[in-house]
Amino acid sequence: MTDSKYFTTTKKGEIFELKAELNSDKKEKKKEAVKKVIASMTVGKDVSALFPDVVNCMQTDNLELKKLVYLYLMNYAKSQPDMAIMAVNTFVKDCEDPNPLIRALAVRTMGCIRVDKITEYLCEPLRKCLKDEDPYVRKTAAVCVAKLHDINAQLVEDQGFLDTLKDLISDSNPMVVANAVAALSEIAESHPNSNLLDLNPQTINKLLTALNECTEWGQIFILDCLANYTPRDDRESQSICERVTPRLSHANSAVVLSAVKVLMKFMEMLPKDLDYYGTLLKKLAPPLVTLLSAEPELQYVALRNINLIVQRRPEILKHEMKVFFVKYNDPIYVKLEKLDIMIRLASQANIAQVLAELKEYATEVDVDFVRKAVRAIGRCAIKVEQSAERCVSTLLDLIQTKVNYVVQEAIVVIKDIFRKYPNKYESVIATLCENLDSLDEPEARAAMIWIVGEYAERIDNADELLESFLEGFHDESTQVQLQLLTAIVKLFLKKPTETQELVQQVLSLATQDSDNPDLRDRGYIYWRLLSTDPVAAKEVVLAEKPLISEETDLIEPTLLEELICHIGTLASVYHKPPSAFVEGSRGVQHKRLPGSAGSGESESQDTGSAAGVTEAPPAVIPSQGDLLGDLLNLDLTPPTTTGPPPPSSGMQMGAMDLLGGGLDSLLGGDLGGSPAMGAGFSAPTAAMPASFNAPVSGGLDDLFDLGGGVGLPMGAYTPPKTIWLPAMKAKGLEISGTFVRRAGVIQMEMTLTNKAMSVMTDFAIQFNRNSFGLAPAGPLQVLTPLSPNQSIEVALPLSTVGPVMKMEPLNNLQVAVKNNIDVFYFSCQYPISMLFVEDGKMERQVFLATWKDIPNDNESQFQIKDCHLNSDAASNKLQGSNIFTIAKRTVEGQDMLYQSMKLTNSIWVLAELRVQAGNPNYTVCLKCRAAEVSQGVFQCYEAVLKN
Amino acid sequence: MIHSLFLVNASGDIFLEKHWKSVVSRSVCDYFFEAQERATEPENVPPVIPTPHHYLISVLRHRIYFVAVIQSEVPPLFVIEFLHRVVDTFQDYFGVCTEAAIKDNVVVVYELLEEMLDNGFPLATESNILKELIKPPTILRTMVNTITGSTNVGEQLPTGQLSVVPWRRTGVKYTNNEAYFDVVEEIDAIIDKSGSTITAEIQGVIDACVKLTGMPDLTLSFMNPRLLDDVSFHPCVRFKRWEAERILSFIPPDGNFRLLSYHVSSQNLVAIPVYVKHNISFREGSSQGRFDLTLGPKQTMGKAVESVLVSSQLPRGVLNANLNPSQGTYTFDPVTKMLTWDVGKINPQKLPSLKGTMSLQAGASKPDENPTINIQLKIQQMAISGLKVNRLDMYGEKYKPFKGIKYMTKAGKFQVRT
Repeated sequence: MTDSKYFTTTKKGEIFELKAELNSDKKEKKKEAVKKVIASMTVGKDVSALFPDVVNCMQTDNLELKKLVYLYLMNYAKSQPDMAIMAVNTFVKDCEDPNPLIRALAVRTMGCIRVDKITEYLCEPLRKCLKDEDPYVRKTAAVCVAKLHDINAQLVEDQGFLDTLKDLISDSNPMVVANAVAALSEIAESHPNSNLLDLNPQTINKLLTALNECTEWGQIFILDCLANYTPRDDRESQSICERVTPRLSHANSAVVLSAVKVLMKFMEMLPKDLDYYGTLLKKLAPPLVTLLSAEPELQYVALRNINLIVQRRPEILKHEMKVFFVKYNDPIYVKLEKLDIMIRLASQANIAQVLAELKEYATEVDVDFVRKAVRAIGRCAIKVEQSAERCVSTLLDLIQTKVNYVVQEAIVVIKDIFRKYPNKYESVIATLCENLDSLDEPEARAAMIWIVGEYAERIDNADELLESFLEGFHDESTQVQLQLLTAIVKLFLKKPTETQELVQQVLSLATQDSDNPDLRDRGYIYWRLLSTDPVAAKEVVLAEKPLISEETDLIEPTLLEELICHIGTLASVYHKPPSAFVEGSRGVQHKRLPGSAGSGESESQDTGSAAGVTEAPPAVIPSQGDLLGDLLNLDLTPPTTTGPPPPSSGMQMGAMDLLGGGLDSLLGGDLGGSPAMGAGFSAPTAAMPASFNAPVSGGLDDLFDLGGGVGLPMGAYTPPKTIWLPAMKAKGLEISGTFVRRAGVIQMEMTLTNKAMSVMTDFAIQFNRNSFGLAPAGPLQVLTPLSPNQSIEVALPLSTVGPVMKMEPLNNLQVAVKNNIDVFYFSCQYPISMLFVEDGKMERQVFLATWKDIPNDNESQFQIKDCHLNSDAASNKLQGSNIFTIAKRTVEGQDMLYQSMKLTNSIWVLAELRVQAGNPNYTVCLKCRAAEVSQGVFQCYEAVLKN
Repeated sequence: MIHSLFLVNASGDIFLEKHWKSVVSRSVCDYFFEAQERATEPENVPPVIPTPHHYLISVLRHRIYFVAVIQSEVPPLFVIEFLHRVVDTFQDYFGVCTEAAIKDNVVVVYELLEEMLDNGFPLATESNILKELIKPPTILRTMVNTITGSTNVGEQLPTGQLSVVPWRRTGVKYTNNEAYFDVVEEIDAIIDKSGSTITAEIQGVIDACVKLTGMPDLTLSFMNPRLLDDVSFHPCVRFKRWEAERILSFIPPDGNFRLLSYHVSSQNLVAIPVYVKHNISFREGSSQGRFDLTLGPKQTMGKAVESVLVSSQLPRGVLNANLNPSQGTYTFDPVTKMLTWDVGKINPQKLPSLKGTMSLQAGASKPDENPTINIQLKIQQMAISGLKVNRLDMYGEKYKPFKGIKYMTKAGKFQVRT
């Protein structure tokens, strides 16, 4: 007697027959009939016509029958919503059954019926069940909230179920806690910004307690939730780690991997010199190794994650190379992943072993695997310099096997080895040439041609070899054609006498007979180069090539960090951020590793407390007291030189003596009474006044103006003028202005308007000490008295060698302006982009090194919304403001621009700008040793890109 | 969480589907079938397959693919572990997990799946709890049910689910109280051509069969617990006690369960129980190849090596093999080129050998690949890592249980390269 009998109804009128049985009086017959219905349903037959008859069977005290009917209901309620209503009453009744099993079952099933009309009736029973005395019912109800949210999110919020759910996190029963966390996590996924899982030390503590007692699945939910928390300090971080570590010994691999995620993330916050840090590192290795003894599917997921972990922290598994050795009956997907990790772990210490293994793999049967193994040998050579020689000889051995695909693969990697170690292994070229005829894959042919062209001077018959390729030029793939063209041009430049004919032949083939625009253009370029300036051609074609490095196959550091936060998830399997593939990318937040403790903040605190002015409001400064003292403190003057002084010398320059007089005359007698002045201004008030209105530096100004007029094709961004000093606060003087950078000089452009009744004269200006040492490079040029209702435009060149004091915000500038009436103070903010100097383009290599070198906690990320430029336009625009694009990469339709800029005080800022085609939201990632500037730099990005 | 489950047989038919949320059309499996077609071997189907709107995560067990459909970001290991649990449960309930067994018990299967997952969240996956909810079908019970009209479904709330020991059901009663523990170790090793060990590690488990009345509290201690530095425990084991005293203290589930699994890594010295002398060679230009294999015991601590089975995938060019075993029988499948030699017990005085010739396709060139030899074996009453149980004590109950411990060593993935 088995259930297969339910499948064997082939008679006519099956449905009819079932209907009769369902309406039978005999319980037994009814049950059998329902079973038959379910069986038909499982295999996909449509038995929805029986809906009313099955629902009729629901009113029973037989638990099995009830369950079967529930099963049926869940499947078909959607297609028969009106009928489903009939079932509601029974559900509501069941929710009050004395047996908690039935209560739970009812609430569970109701949640599965995805019919709007039913959900209304569900609310009351659900509310009761969430507060049920029996934890089994509560935990079922918690999941039911998630179900309901999926059907009707608004209803759940209106009914306040989310709050009840949050309360359940503090439930006494660990299973209820776990389910509440699971439900909240699922709901939070569709509400990225709702702070549903509000994690604080108290809830964390509750979660950690529940972690020890709930089921394995609950542990996964809780661990995944914990991973989203950012501990306050390293102490808290350590205590969480300590309580999570026992999970590494769990039999369920998903629990283990989730625990690994939490530990990898929180470890970032631990000081490296802590004993516990080392202990933790040691504890992570065994569970990861154990995952590899599990079933192949688990191994695969584990390996993809280990691949990330070894990139982030190679020290964890550096001694475990052997577990990644491939068994011949591993599934191919496991083999390929293991190979990848073997290469990542390869080091001088274990290279011999690795090579022996790789050589063994290269003789296996599976072609894909063999190819990858051969490639791996090449990667080892590039990664471990000491092994290069051995790798090359291993590759030569493999070439001797004459197995076609092995030979081809070997030649491709040998080309890479040549590029890493030029002029070292060229002796093998002869062996390679022997295999010329067997190459039939474009990549291998192209590699071989590259080698022949590159080393043409050492290969006696290079011209013959290349000529032989040329015969079937039109049948080759583009890759080979391009390579052949370049190789022959190289050959010609090296041996011009005997290869003239050949080069002409290839050029005409490429330019006249080919339809491929790439090929044709390259052909023309070579042709013109060769015909106009062979020396230049030589410089171009035979230029020294940058060395390749193993980094090419590493995951980008920012992406890696994000992926580490997603260990154990699909993102970690695909090695892509969730935003790249999660449906509709809803609810995707970029996760970041927390910074380590104790670094980075010190500087800002010091300067912050030192400067009393930092809290000054950005508007007009009240003109009295100690503020004045600060503002007028000695280093105030504009240095008279405008030459480009070394940026760091700002301090000494400011201390120069010239100021005394300048100040005095600037401030005149008006401030005489202020005690703060006394000391600083005792210098004689002699010659200076004249120079203020002197036309000497007027010429300079003109020059600058001229420079500005000529300008760059893509001008720097200039913010519109804003009113800095309203007339009301300055006895009728209104000043509005902005900052521009023209031809390398920063200028402050102001419009002075006289709104008072009397004429204004004797204008002068001074700056307070500021973050970047901005100071007027000359006096304020207001040559004629300003009559009432008259405006005048002034441009004041600024230097950056003035005295430095950190301001808050960083780009705040406090200014004193004097005229014949009074002295006025105001503060304004300049865009930091004014400070980007023209030589802010970093070398690629330097950029890479610097990017890695700057600690991650100095990194900040910003979003720029609604920007509709493509990446090239953006890059151009930014270049106008001296933000230079160093490199561009396109990953999955996302353009990544790597940019650098240098501030006047030699602070470098590195940036990564991510532009997704069709997505108006850009992401800017800034790294700088002085992290404080990031905010300002970001504002510049935003301002530049949006104007 | 987990949306749906499809069971697919070897011929690519979906024979069962279950949806925990809204219904996902079975056409989603087309992506799986594509991957299946691309894979050269059934086990090479990638475990995670993306489709435009869903992800398919699959495991292959007993020649059935269990394909789970998920829609949002779910930990893949979570899904795979769950699928394993489904397989284990089926096996537990029906004895075997085959298409026929599943079809025979389709209603129970459906009830089980319903209990195991709610809206994609795991509900009850412990066999102890499930059995309280849904009684496993036995011939007797099916007959009784048909006659009396009672059902397989339990009427009780699964009490264990809420207690502090959710893995153990309450009210357990036995007349004979017994607790058996099997220490089973598998050696995974790769031995190279010359006979030296490239890598060797031990995967060990302690499986228990505990039938004790009431709520017994057991402690198990080892002579050499230092060996166990990489362990995974059943949730019943008190981790703190292990950390502090290296003693396993636990309230066991009722019936069969895996108490712990451990891993002795390749960094420790692992004893290799057998050696293989081999000479498999082909000469250029000849259509014959030589095959010569001898097995011998190595580090077995005086225990007999039994149930030895040697298998090797010979190169594709081999047409047939004409061999002569000194003991046991051999078979060669000319289609799959799989050579299997059932050796049986190794007698140290008279080492088993398999010698003879292989015939190659006429005119075929010498095969490139070297066959790998796979060895299976068993050694009774020995754990090759040297792990030994010191004592087993019971607290919390008054009766005296019968205790037993058995050791066994097997070869896992034991491969010899030639």
